[in-house]
Amino acid sequence: MLLFAAGKVLQTLMVLLIVSVVSFTLLKLAPGDPIQIMLGTENSPEAYASLMKQLGLDRPMVEQYFHWLKNFVTGDWGVSYVGKAPIFQYAFVEALPVTLTLAASALALSILIGVPLGVLSATRRGSGWDAITSVFTLTGTSFPSFYLGILLIWLFGVKLGLFPTMGFVAPWNDFWGGVAHMTLPAITLSIYFLAMIVRMTRANLIEVLEQPYIAAARARGEPNWRVVWVHGLRNILMPLVTILGLQLGALLQGAVLTETVFSLPGIGQMITNAVLNREYGIVQAGVMITACLFITTNLLVDLAYPYLDPRLRPR
Amino acid sequence: MVDLSADVTLSKQPARVSAILAFARSNIFFVIAATVVAIFVLSAVFAPLVAPHPPLDQDMAAFMSPPLTESHVLGTDSFGRDLLSRTIYGARYALAIGFGAVLIGAMGGLIIGMAAGLSGGVTEWALMRFIDALLALPSLIMAIAFISILGQGVDKVILAVGVALIGPFSRTVRADVLQIKAQAFVEAAGLMGVKRLAIIWRHILPNVIFPLAVQATIRVSYAVLVSSGLSFLGIGVAPPTPDWGLMIAEGRSFVSFAPWIAGVPGTALAILLIALSIVGDGVREHFDPKLRK
Repeated sequence: MLLFAAGKVLQTLMVLLIVSVVSFTLLKLAPGDPIQIMLGTENSPEAYASLMKQLGLDRPMVEQYFHWLKNFVTGDWGVSYVGKAPIFQYAFVEALPVTLTLAASALALSILIGVPLGVLSATRRGSGWDAITSVFTLTGTSFPSFYLGILLIWLFGVKLGLFPTMGFVAPWNDFWGGVAHMTLPAITLSIYFLAMIVRMTRANLIEVLEQPYIAAARARGEPNWRVVWVHGLRNILMPLVTILGLQLGALLQGAVLTETVFSLPGIGQMITNAVLNREYGIVQAGVMITACLFITTNLLVDLAYPYLDPRLRPR
Repeated sequence: MVDLSADVTLSKQPARVSAILAFARSNIFFVIAATVVAIFVLSAVFAPLVAPHPPLDQDMAAFMSPPLTESHVLGTDSFGRDLLSRTIYGARYALAIGFGAVLIGAMGGLIIGMAAGLSGGVTEWALMRFIDALLALPSLIMAIAFISILGQGVDKVILAVGVALIGPFSRTVRADVLQIKAQAFVEAAGLMGVKRLAIIWRHILPNVIFPLAVQATIRVSYAVLVSSGLSFLGIGVAPPTPDWGLMIAEGRSFVSFAPWIAGVPGTALAILLIALSIVGDGVREHFDPKLRK
């Protein structure tokens, strides 16, 4: 068990290392001279040379990479040219909590609504309810989230005036204010996952309900709710967790768009503004944070399998 | 009785037509979706003939006029440009970028996936880790990273989204190669002394290309979504290009008093994406024996 976990962790670190090499190389390929940008108008050959030495840009590439990697791991991510603030502070303390709050609310919403909806349409296969759900899942998985967000702003913000449509209020400072500000963004981001979870729950549950152990449970006289919600659900946990892990990338990229629709100052806004301002250091920080989140979650999913399915426990 | 007469008329037609009709009747959603996609493609190709106004023409007498105003069926935007015309021209960008990006992604995926599937040892290991690294980033984030280096523009968006799609494509190509490599006919060709390159070219490549084409159909809608997302963020196609993502972003600021500015291109994008994904699913179900009912 420990060996299995250690192997997975090692593989994950390997992938992260490759991502860091690739993103470092890309950063070096980026047009524009960072020294020119930092110096601005006070440009002289001496200042140029001293800054180059100070930043270590006169060293060989491999050495620069290891220097960068050491700084990255220890949290020294450099300073933003435009904001004049440490990038680490900006990314971790200001932007990341916003994105994580958004992603977690959307995920919670889609699981809490999606699983019951999927169970209902699996147990009532072929009914009108099932037909409505299948149209919803088809629309939900292909509808552009950023347009959905604008539609929600128009309906709930402008027409009905029910929810605020812009900005972030931290729920740990003002809980109800935070919930109100997060409602529309969370719905916007969750629709794709909701539809995905409904589809997966329905398809897998239909298959599970045809298994012999379900017939056995029914023959023992167990009530229908227990057969479906306990025996059935327990056995679709595996595929459900797998799909959630694989789709986390979609959650992160959906968050980037949702943040722009609702002006939430998260990682997505950070990267977008950095691209517009040509701040490659921040783009790279954003890329690394996203990759870390995505890969770590997939690692957790891999490690969770033996707990979800006793058959996968190494003996 | 009515059904019977319908069958009689059908049987008089040539066999191929009746087969097509039978297919259409059992796949009604697929046919509708394919028709919608065809309409979008045709109006993109013939945009100058279909659109009532040039996409950049400003009507000084009609800023932000609502739909159904005289001479502007779907209204105008904040610059007085006709929304219907801009949306029709926008289909050109959406489809060109979507298909272009998928083409680049599929080609890159074919090369890397074939190389990873056919090589062994250290090369295969290195290529696999490279594919893992490509898959470690969501496509939109990777496209943003490339855009930050390449800059804005239609060609750059195609390239950035295309490169971002290489990871998923190469994974499926590699899986297909591994499966085909193990088949008896490949082994037989090897025993007969056929050269390795000839085996790859005549036996493995044709068997990889077809599932790749099916994959490509499925991913077009995703490419359109990612590229319009880039434009929506304001870092994809540059204004005043009539790109849907860009138009939706422009309309976002006016949503409280002129919701149609975002509504017209947004609805067009949503309809195209839904139609493309139904077509993609239909193609996959038809050609993937595992999914056939």
